[in-house]
Amino acid sequence: MRRVAVTGLGAISALGRNVAEFRGSLEQGCSGIRPLETVDRTKLRFQNGAEVQRYKPADYFEDKQADYIDRFAQFAVIAAREAVEDSGVELDPEARESAAIVTGSCVGGQSSEDAGFVELYQLGRPRVSPLTIAKTMANAGASHISMEFGITGPAYTISTACSSSNHAIGQAFWMVRGGGADIAITGGSEATFSMGILKAWEAMRVVSPDTCRPFSKDRSGMILGEGGAMLVLEPLDGALARGARIYAEIVGFGMSADAAHITQPSSAGAARAMRSALRDAHIAPEQVGYINAHGTATQSNDVTETAAIRAVFGEHADRLAVSSTKSMHGHALGAAGALEAVATILALRNGVLPPTIGYRQADPECDLDVIPNHARQAEVEFAISNSFAFGGLNAVLAFRKVRQG
Amino acid sequence: MPEQLTQRVLSVIAATQRISPERVTIDSSFQELGIDSMDGINILFALENEFDITIPDEQAKQIHSIREMVEGIRKLVSESAAKAQGR
Repeated sequence: MRRVAVTGLGAISALGRNVAEFRGSLEQGCSGIRPLETVDRTKLRFQNGAEVQRYKPADYFEDKQADYIDRFAQFAVIAAREAVEDSGVELDPEARESAAIVTGSCVGGQSSEDAGFVELYQLGRPRVSPLTIAKTMANAGASHISMEFGITGPAYTISTACSSSNHAIGQAFWMVRGGGADIAITGGSEATFSMGILKAWEAMRVVSPDTCRPFSKDRSGMILGEGGAMLVLEPLDGALARGARIYAEIVGFGMSADAAHITQPSSAGAARAMRSALRDAHIAPEQVGYINAHGTATQSNDVTETAAIRAVFGEHADRLAVSSTKSMHGHALGAAGALEAVATILALRNGVLPPTIGYRQADPECDLDVIPNHARQAEVEFAISNSFAFGGLNAVLAFRKVRQG
Repeated sequence: MPEQLTQRVLSVIAATQRISPERVTIDSSFQELGIDSMDGINILFALENEFDITIPDEQAKQIHSIREMVEGIRKLVSESAAKAQGR
């Protein structure tokens, strides 16, 4: 089996339009959470979200092209462009034929669907836009990336709620590791801010009226986010041979299903996914130095995740650094794992662990070192990134630092 | 026979939980009726529709029993009636 290198990164989120801005915000502990602007927030019980600030499709797409691509798929393309350019990989005809694209998205182009249903049900019009289906489908991100680069290899999308992009990156990792693809573009994207879906989140009573304070005793729920992030994966040997910059290695991927409850998380399921990722990576729990937590700041996730980390890591849990970057970029659902993969890779590469911001009060049930409020300099060899979805579907990625001269 | 508002709340709980109304009393516990967190918010949603009220999240968090649910609804219904009369 081949070792797998990450050679390119792309990210657009509430923390900025590119990876450099994303990194700057994470290291400075800046929050992207603000009053919502893309919807009429007076109709909502919660007011804040992590939106891509002042986003204008015209900055990235011709008007006609933008009309045909939902915001979520635009984010996928924008992140993929940055990642591919960053990787320096040459997409010659042979490479384009064998490259894989695996993306994650939870709700796809739901804002396009929402707009169509406003026409139909609210305005009483007899028809919706013929672009509705093509913009709404969750695979539109993967499809538009394939057209952007002329990639004709295996391409698909995984939708497992908040674990979508961890599942996607894990599949792409396995494909490159096993020889099924020589290049993969993988990650996820999401654009969650339309009234219909925000109302549905409101009804679940898990969104904070304030901000996202993971693992803090006074946490009051999650904050929704949006954006996209992509990685370029290649076999390590080939990447080294072409003189590529290696951000990190992906070394393991683990999955599990809770088989318990449609929304309540189970620590046993989360623990099994983490153990499975460590086993796949052939590493011991004691080798892990940093965990990018799922850390949604709901009452139940943070307690359950703490218990799961303690179950997997035992006494080593007291020496581990754990943070939730959702405190800054919000919970971008199907893009969460991809944004957090980028955050984890940057932490390994640059020796700066991102903080959990908004942290105010220790919770005995979340008694981990959560890197409260300020980033920390630390050289870490191995890190994992957790995603635990509604529906009890869990996916964990394991990364390794790569030292280049 | 419980008074009318209580009866309406209990009926909504039974209908939402899909259990026979005889099983639901003001002293039933969530546990004995099999009401978990998702069922709880589903019942609050049904009660909001039944009484045409909005139950704030903060108030929802304080509800740990059917009695608290009934009393919470009673308060919100009377507040909403007072508002409608412009008092």
